[in-house]
Amino acid sequence: MERHFEHDLEELKERLLWMAGLAERAVHQAVQAVFQKDEALATRVLDEEKVINEMQIEIDDRVMQLVALQQPMAVDLRFILSASRINNDLERIGDQAVNIAQSALRILRHPQVKPYVDLPRMSELAEGMVRDSLNALVHRDAELAKSVLVRDDEVDHLRDQIFRELLTYMMENSAVIYPAFELVLITKNLERIGDHATNIAEDVIYMVAGRDVRHLAADRR
Amino acid sequence: MASVGTVHSGNNVNVRSDQSVDTPQKFSLPPKPSVTADSSLRFKISGLKVFYGPKEVLHGIDINISSHVVTALIGPSGCGKSTFLRSLNRMTETVRQARVEGDILLDGEDIADMDVVKLRRRVGMVFQRPNPFPKSIFDNVAYGLRINGHKGSLSESVEHSLRRAALWDEVKDQLHKSAYALSGGQQQRLCIARALAVDPEVLLLDEPCSALDPVTTAKIEELLFQLKPSCTIVIVTHNMQQAARASDFTAFLLEGKLIEYQPTPKLFTTPSDPRTEAYITGRFG
Repeated sequence: MERHFEHDLEELKERLLWMAGLAERAVHQAVQAVFQKDEALATRVLDEEKVINEMQIEIDDRVMQLVALQQPMAVDLRFILSASRINNDLERIGDQAVNIAQSALRILRHPQVKPYVDLPRMSELAEGMVRDSLNALVHRDAELAKSVLVRDDEVDHLRDQIFRELLTYMMENSAVIYPAFELVLITKNLERIGDHATNIAEDVIYMVAGRDVRHLAADRR
Repeated sequence: MASVGTVHSGNNVNVRSDQSVDTPQKFSLPPKPSVTADSSLRFKISGLKVFYGPKEVLHGIDINISSHVVTALIGPSGCGKSTFLRSLNRMTETVRQARVEGDILLDGEDIADMDVVKLRRRVGMVFQRPNPFPKSIFDNVAYGLRINGHKGSLSESVEHSLRRAALWDEVKDQLHKSAYALSGGQQQRLCIARALAVDPEVLLLDEPCSALDPVTTAKIEELLFQLKPSCTIVIVTHNMQQAARASDFTAFLLEGKLIEYQPTPKLFTTPSDPRTEAYITGRFG
């Protein structure tokens, strides 16, 4: 029997996925703004933040109403609660993208500290984690979600590696401290983005399989 | 760089990889949620008091009930919700020593001045226990049509009512069987069909699902949702979750007084009155 509750669930899912698309795009554009010194792109990321924020509020309102009015059970309940958590991680991803865009604007007129090698690798890894965690959500794919979890360590490792390398540049030449420091901040933002993608993946596993895998060692997930 | 592509609704979610960056125009906003349309009033009730003998059971209720929505009445046993419901089609008059004060206007007209039979055709009622007539399924629905001098095809009207009550597919091949052969849930839907046959503007339901199992209850709640555009529905229920699921507006009554009346989402998430909150959180009593 088709219930109009199904329609409400579908609307919640649509909005969540739409917001996910916005957050993923924000990260990509912010990172491109850094590499291409693109002021317009960075500004666009800043402008679109409020859309993400508004959708976060709307999704939370819908979650509240669905729980209060429809007494969801089992898979519906897990989906709705997961949607609420993923909602918050998406908004935080949007915030991190804004931070990256702001850094991009600040270092626009500075010469590039060094050829970007590890930073694009790190951003590609973080973006891939976001993309795959969201694909896992779309396709309710717990295996894909698990594959996101294992990449987080590599992202963290790259952050440390890039920091050490930039430190040597800063120590050798104080003129590059300002842009180099912004790059360090960017690696921190990307690392946080990876963390949020990990959270989303964990929520997808909970939603699909009913298992809470947060804080478990890699082999226990 | 890969990215999530345009999001579509339903099962057709389109996720692409290995694409270049999408321009903003390719992302379309999901439509804004639609607001329930009709804000016109069906009932305007002022100062409604009901006495059973010397005992005042409703103490001056003021409430406006909107058209084409489901309004739920909740409250503990004895709070007056059934009495209130029955006053809307003057069923209180069937109780000896019952006395009503105050005004109940149906589409601007005082129901006290109306012919009571005509009123009860416009404002139908479904009771807690299914009570089909000891007749065939067909005759149960046709009865009201016949005594009101129905013109046109009786069987078409009967079919239309049974379809509206979501019962047609289950009974279409056995219309001449006794109504008593149906299950409880089917009998209740038959009673709804019977009430709908005379095309009422309002349907009053007094705890219509309390004798029914959860699956049947869900069917009837879904039915109310489908009836809304063509009918104004007022439902009394002691099941708060049902009020939360099935209604657009909820009125909370306590000891014969209207304590709070809100859109359902508001009442069940952020009620204004602490007594409402105490009741809906189960801390009452």
